Parts: sequence; structure tokens; C-alpha cells
Amino acid sequence: MPSSLPFFPVEASNFAGNVDSLFAFILLTCLFFSVLVTLLVIFAAIKFRRKSEGEVGSAVEGNLALEVGWTLVPLVLAIAMFAWGAVIYVHFRTAPQNTLDIYVIGKQWMWKLQQPNGRKEINELHVPVNRDIKLIMGSEDVIHNFYVPAFRVKMDVVPGRYNTLWFRPTRVGKYHFFCSQYCGTNHALMGGWVTVEDPADYAAWLSDEGGDLNPVSAGEKLFTQLACVTCHIANGSGRAPSLNGVYGAKVLLADGSTVTADEAYIRESIVQPKAKIVAGYQPVMPTFQGLVTEEQILNLTAYIKSLQAQPVPLKGAGIAPVPAGKK
Amino acid sequence: MSMKPIVAEPIFPEKNYLNETYGIRSWFLTTDHKRIGLLYLASVTLFFFIGGFFAVMIRLHLMNPAGTLLTADQYNRMFTMHGVAMIFFFLIPSIPAVLGNFLIPLMIGAKDLAFPRINLLSWYVYVVGAAFTLYSMVNGGLDTGWTFYTPFSTVYSNSAVAPAVVGVFITGFSSILTGLNFLVTIHTMRAPGMTWFRLPLFVWAHYATAVVMILGTPVIAITLALAGMERLFGLGFFNPAMGGDPILFQHLFWFYSHPAVYIMILPAMGVISELIPTFARKKLFGYSFVAAASLAIAVIGFLVWAHHMFLTGQSTYAALAFSFLTFLVAIPSAVKVFNWTATLFGGSISFDTPMLYAFGFLGLFLVGGLTGLFLGCLGTDIHVHDTYFVVAHFHYIMVGGAVMGYLGGLHFWWPKIVGRMYSEWLARISAIVLFVGFNLTFFPQFVLGYLGMPRRYHSYPPEFQVYNVMSTAGASILAVGYLLPMIYLVWAAFYGKVAGNNPWPATGLEWQTSSPPPTENFHVTPVVTWEAYDFHNRPDLGLDVPGAKPGRLSPAPAHGDD
Repeated sequence: MPSSLPFFPVEASNFAGNVDSLFAFILLTCLFFSVLVTLLVIFAAIKFRRKSEGEVGSAVEGNLALEVGWTLVPLVLAIAMFAWGAVIYVHFRTAPQNTLDIYVIGKQWMWKLQQPNGRKEINELHVPVNRDIKLIMGSEDVIHNFYVPAFRVKMDVVPGRYNTLWFRPTRVGKYHFFCSQYCGTNHALMGGWVTVEDPADYAAWLSDEGGDLNPVSAGEKLFTQLACVTCHIANGSGRAPSLNGVYGAKVLLADGSTVTADEAYIRESIVQPKAKIVAGYQPVMPTFQGLVTEEQILNLTAYIKSLQAQPVPLKGAGIAPVPAGKK
Repeated sequence: MSMKPIVAEPIFPEKNYLNETYGIRSWFLTTDHKRIGLLYLASVTLFFFIGGFFAVMIRLHLMNPAGTLLTADQYNRMFTMHGVAMIFFFLIPSIPAVLGNFLIPLMIGAKDLAFPRINLLSWYVYVVGAAFTLYSMVNGGLDTGWTFYTPFSTVYSNSAVAPAVVGVFITGFSSILTGLNFLVTIHTMRAPGMTWFRLPLFVWAHYATAVVMILGTPVIAITLALAGMERLFGLGFFNPAMGGDPILFQHLFWFYSHPAVYIMILPAMGVISELIPTFARKKLFGYSFVAAASLAIAVIGFLVWAHHMFLTGQSTYAALAFSFLTFLVAIPSAVKVFNWTATLFGGSISFDTPMLYAFGFLGLFLVGGLTGLFLGCLGTDIHVHDTYFVVAHFHYIMVGGAVMGYLGGLHFWWPKIVGRMYSEWLARISAIVLFVGFNLTFFPQFVLGYLGMPRRYHSYPPEFQVYNVMSTAGASILAVGYLLPMIYLVWAAFYGKVAGNNPWPATGLEWQTSSPPPTENFHVTPVVTWEAYDFHNRPDLGLDVPGAKPGRLSPAPAHGDD
């Protein structure tokens, strides 16, 4: 990719072109003003250079019209830059539906990534071209940041919460990704390669190795091992709500408010179960903080997400008598 | 070219603040704002060279993609300690505590600051904080980044975090005391006739800075206290494993540390607002707009902190609000640049060393300020955040802006401080060397950043090498540009040509007294009857004012002449 003096990185995602256009707009505006000011300064420095030792300048105090003008013109341009930037950012922060979800765990100093079918990678990420990809990212220790320059995207990976990052790769190829939030000794080595492939190549790669348990099955196993199943009974008869159809739905809480059951809510309910109590239930669940790894939480989450496909319960979160096949 | 058309031979004052008393005690127990300014000068210079040493190590190491010189852990300590030394112990105190301390009383016609003993206390507080930080640097070092992000700093770092945090915590109080002293002094000790709108803009800039120091610094103190308690006693404020919130730390940290950028740049802007009118011999264009811009920067500067956090996962609406406010804070800086430029028109411009620094400042601050737009803009920040683009941007502001302003100010007031002139040619050459070296060091880093090289990397992919080598080459030139002034300014203090009261000449009150000034600054309290930078109504300066009577007037006997 690089010639000897590269100036622009390749554009390989849906965001790259937009970010570069905005960059060019700001750059041209800035160039215009810097060249203007520089020329004015040079012109003045030559034209008004001191001609005799005792010379003084003219007695000018200021000019209101000029002051107003050079306040308002930059203000208008600044608002234009802000607005364009805001449009890109909102798009960037709002993932579309039907993304290919990949789980990412950052830890000092490596990335663990897992495809929807369970295939795991370390410091490598394979994605199909022209498909919306969403990374759901957590950290085992400190704050990291997942950054793909060719895609012009990055997002912090913060312990204790999930951040998501979405993009649509538009060009087949191999691109660097970096950790761009300083995280200790080998921060600089905590990177790898994103491989963007044709869907067929991606599918072939994906099925190449089936060794790992996929996250849903792994989560289902944990769900039993950790005894979640003894209370979260699928038919709603347990001491805790059934989780069928919960993912993505609104859940009514004991304080009367509702919350959307997304990854962050599920994670919180595992590590801090008392934070949000579902209406009609007692706060009896113990915390799993420190007992489960981030990876296990992701597997549990994947399993709970898979229950979304189960028949939607009739009312509340702990309902829906489904002749559940599982457990 | 002689600067002084007026009198025959300038005389070095027999008695002045430097020789009034002798001995170690007379310096370490002094309450004279001028001597305290020099104590600060010595200590911030020490830290400038400590921080500079770390910078040299960083640049040498990065000549090669694999890193040439240091281990990963050593490198991480170098950039961290470079930042801590430069920001907390050089940039923040540099202009306010050295030049501000020395000049504010002189500029407003006062004998000293309002609280001379608190002023001395502030230096001692700084020294105690500095001692803790130096202790950390030699006993394990510090590898958290100057930003101390949690939970890395509070849980995972294997370096001497606690003493460094204590050091920075303590030093903050010296800043608060200095700010308090400036505010009270400017409010209550102005000479008769020195109205608010006759104040030199250097004083206005320091007024705005003092407000930021007083309101912002306590927050960093609290933040570091919490981080220290988490590190030492395991109290879970920021560590998510104990129920804390690591992002909360960033909010608290930047609530101070973004305004702290204005603590560094506002005083430099104040210096430039003195240099340009003086060397263009013309009133500053739009005086009240420039003064108001300082205050606007100080106020809006408090409302932009979370633009450091667009990619932490903070709410989209918060990001939108902070980005908008960030664009607003750019406007007063732009207004200042336009006013400085307009001042040149119709002036009588000379190219003495301080003016070269002012020109350098204009160019570099322009680049530094404008590149801030790419970071404040949400769409582009996604890409350039936490890359070398940021490193280049803030070095253009901090070094290109604040340090150029500081050096310009030192060269401008050095004849006042020591009473003697430095070698003009040597000084001009090193100003140019600095400008060239600076751009060669930091401009390539913008390209590196856009290409995607993250900050704080001890090794990097080989495609980034060209620009790193350029940057290192520039840094070696830059180092020469910093060493030269250090040498010839010290030389000038002892052997330079006697400067006289007002060598440039300039209009401020500080130039009405002798160089170096007497301990009490003025023998007779000055009375101010002129506007700032008004060369036209100052017959005492002996300039050829059109319409005034031809022939030179004798220098005003008014104040300060022994």
C-alpha cells in the first residue's frame, strides 16, 4: 500500500470517503485563512517596515465593522463544519439493523475476536466485504481502543461496559488495526490485521475450522453450569423471569420505568443484578462480578440473544409459557 | 542599529533589586515579586531541560520502526515523564509565574503583588510538588501517560504513580495561590489613572488566566486525590471491578486539563499583544475585542472538556453539544489573530528578536489553532483522535504558541530583568533556527496521524518511518534553537551592553523605571495619563510623531530615574 511518501491512507469502508471529504473541506477552509493571514502579515511586514529610527505607526484604534465581520464569517464556517461532522458522527454511532455481530475482547496486550459461528481469532479479524459489521467490545482490564485507519473508525473499549463500533468494508484487502488508547507496556504491539474478503471466501474461511463451540452453545452450557437455569425457567414459573424474547424488548422495572434489554443491560444484570429489578420479582440474584470472564458474559449474552427467536412471551419479562425445548 | 535615539549613554542603576541585598537567605526568603519571578525562572528552566531530555530520548528511539534505544517500558516512562515535566512543571507556571510575577506589579505601577509572602509560599509549594515528582521519576518512573487514565493508573501500572500524583496535586496549589494573588493585585493595586481599559493586554490575559487557575485547579486536586486513594487504599472510585467508573475520571480530569490549555496559551497571547504594538509602534487594533476575547476563551474554555472523549462511548447528544461549544471557543482565538494582523497595517515595523518570535507565534498558532478544528469536529475526530495528528496539534499550540510566546517575552523583557542586552544577531538566528526546527519536527506528525499512526507507540509499522526520521531530524535542530538562548541570555546578564530604561522603546509603565528596577519598583508612584500602546501622546519616548514639534525631547524624568 505505501509508496515512499504516503499522504493518504486507503479508503476501505463506507465511512472513509465521507470522513476524507469533510477533512478536505476543513483543510481547504483552513488553507484559505492561513494563506490569507500569512500573505497579509508578509505584505504588512514589507510595506510598513520601519523607515527611520524615530518613526511611529498611524493612529488607528480599530474598526467595529471589521470586528463584527471577522467574528461572524468564521462563526458561520465553524457551524458548517460542526453540522457536517455531526451528520457523520450520528451515522457512525447508530448501527443499522441486521449487522454481522462480532464479539471483541481487549486485554493487555491482545485482541480476542469471535465470529457469530464461534470461530475465534487473536489479533486477526476476517469480515466479508459490503456487509454491515458490528463489533461488540469489552475489556478485561484497562481501556483499549479498536482503530482501523483504512476504515476511518475507532472506538474505546472500556472495562465494565460494552461499546459498539460498526462499519461496512468496501474493499477487499488486508488492513492494519491498532490499539489507540494507551494501555501499558506493549500498547504498541496490540494490533493486527483486518482481512476483508469476498463473501464466498469469507464463508469458506468461516467453515474452515469448527473446533470452537459457537457462542450460543457455549452460553447455553454456562447457563446450566452457573445454575442460571434453576431460576430463569423458560416457561416463566421460576423465581426469576423467563428470558425468552427478552433481548431487544422493553422490560418493565420495579420502579415503574422501562429499559431496553440490550447487551449492556444483560451484562449489567449479570454483574450487578441489583441495579435494575424486573417488576414483580425479588432481588434474589447473586452478583457474578469476578466469577465470570468477559468472554463468558459475551457467551451468555449470545445465548440470551438466541432466545429472542423463541416465541415472544405474552406479558412482562417473566411470562410466556412456551413448551421450552431447552435446558 | 541602535535602538535608542534619545540619550547619550544608558547608565546601569547603582542600586537595584538584584544587588539590594546579598546572600542565599536574601533570595530564598525574599518577598520581592521580581526575585520570586527569577526563582521560578530557574526552576521552570530546570524542568524544561528535564522534559527536553525525555523528548530527545523519544525522538532518538523512534528513528527506527522497531525502536532503537529503549525497552517498551522505558519508552512509556519517557513520554509520560516528558508530558508531566513539561505541562505541570514548565508550561503552566512558565509565563504566569516567571513573566507575570515579574511584570504585573511593574505594569500596573504597584510596588509588589498584593500578598508578597503568599507569592513566596507559592514557589515553595511548587518546589515541594516538584520534589515528589522528581522522586517518582528516579524511583521507578511513571508510565501512565500525563493523563493518568484509570483504571490503568490506579490498578495496573507498575510504576511510581503515587508520588507523582502527590507531586502534581501539591503543585496545583501553587497555581491557585498565584492566580489569587494576580486577581487581587489587578483589582486593588493599579496606579492612579491606570483604568481597566488602559491596562496592557498582558495584564488582561493574566486576569483571565488567573480565573481559570482558581476555578479549575481545585478540580484536578480532587480528581488526583480520588485516584491516589484508589491506588493506595483500593477505594473503588474509577475501577469498574469495584463498581467504579473509569469514564468519570476522564470527565473530572479534562474539566481541569482542557482549561489548563488556556492557562498555557492565554498568557502567551498576552505577550504577543505586547510585542506586536511595541514593534509596530502602533496601538493594538481592537483593544477591547482582544481583551474580551481573553475572557471569552476563559469562560467557554470551561465548557468544552468532553471533546477529549468523543470516542469513549459517551452519549451522542453530549458529543454534539461539546463539539458545538468547541467550535465556539475557536472564534475568540480567530478574532485575536485578525486583530494582531490588522495592527501591523499602518505600523512602523522593526524586526528585533521579540518581533521575530511574535511572527513565529502567529504562524505556528495559526496552524495549531486551525488543526484543532479537525479534532473538535466529530466526523474527522473519529479518524484522527489519539493519533499523531493530536500530538502535532497540541505541540503547535503548546510549543509553537506558548513556548514561542514565552521566549519572545523573555527576549523582550530580558533587558528589563537584567538591565543588559543580549547579542541581537545571535538571538535572531536562534529564533529562525527554532522556527525551522519546530516545523520540521512537528509538521510530519500531522501526516503520520492522518495515515493512522497512534500516539504513545514505542514501535510502529515500517511505512511510518520516513516521517519519524524527518521529525527526529527536526528535533535535533530544535534542540540547538533552545540551547542557544539559554547560553547567550545568561551571558548577557553579566556581560551584555547596558540596556537603559527603555531600549525598544515601549509604552508600558515597566519601561518607565530603571533596568533592572529598584526593589520598590518606582521611587514615586506613577500617574497614568495615556492609553495602552499610545505612541502618539508620549513625547517622553522621543519619537518623531507627525504633527508634533520637530526635534527630540529629552527623556521624561518622571519616574524611576536614580
